[in-house]
Amino acid sequence: MNDRIEKRIELKASVSRVWRALTDYREFGEWFRVKLDDPFVPGQVSRGQITYPGYEHLKWEAVVQKMEPERLFSFTWHPYSVDPKTDYSKETPTLVEFTLEKTASGILLVLTESGFDRIPSDRRAEAFRRNEGGWTEQLKNLEKHVAPTS
Amino acid sequence: MAAKRQTRAPVFAALGDQTRLSLVAKLCGGRPYSISQLTQGSKLTRQAITKHLRVLESAGIVHSVRRGRESRFEFDPQPMEGIKEYLDFVSEQWDQALSRLKSFVEE
Repeated sequence: MNDRIEKRIELKASVSRVWRALTDYREFGEWFRVKLDDPFVPGQVSRGQITYPGYEHLKWEAVVQKMEPERLFSFTWHPYSVDPKTDYSKETPTLVEFTLEKTASGILLVLTESGFDRIPSDRRAEAFRRNEGGWTEQLKNLEKHVAPTS
Repeated sequence: MAAKRQTRAPVFAALGDQTRLSLVAKLCGGRPYSISQLTQGSKLTRQAITKHLRVLESAGIVHSVRRGRESRFEFDPQPMEGIKEYLDFVSEQWDQALSRLKSFVEE
């Protein structure tokens, strides 16, 4: 069974630009859509508030793992910890890793998220169930976002 | 859809265990196994393996088929679709986030 997600994306930008977008907490917040309280520091908890339309009531919490300049940025978190009343801190988090590699035309960003098999069973089901409605909503937001300019 | 969703919880529960995951890993090749075959090479007793198989069976992940005097267990891929959907959901979220990152750094 597949226990990890892997994404590869080519970015036409310099490595320093991409590194800053990933690891500067304000820049990360811009594209990830989260308002973070403090800069990322390895070994420390990062907290904030999701700013994605429809998800603003959710908190962001992750533990920064590694920051190897212009190469690797990683954190652990509880993906889609969508119920504000549930304490997810005792559960095993998943590991998110961003690795950067220079290519002829820019940067290859590889994202992996692993450890889904260790998420408690009922939580996985719950996270999915709760997000199903929100997901439809998100698609609508996305449509609104891309449609008017055309 | 609602009915389908209710059936997912036991599947997640059944798979939330290392032994059962390894049994599924073995069985998902498609070949049916007897309890003795599944016990071989495992530190667990036949009784313990049987107990785990019953949990998987009640979630519909495996089915037992009688052959002569012994039961063989077979993998059923259907219930695993629910988990695939969850991973697809998280995966889609990343697609969106990364495409926002792309516009952000390339602008």
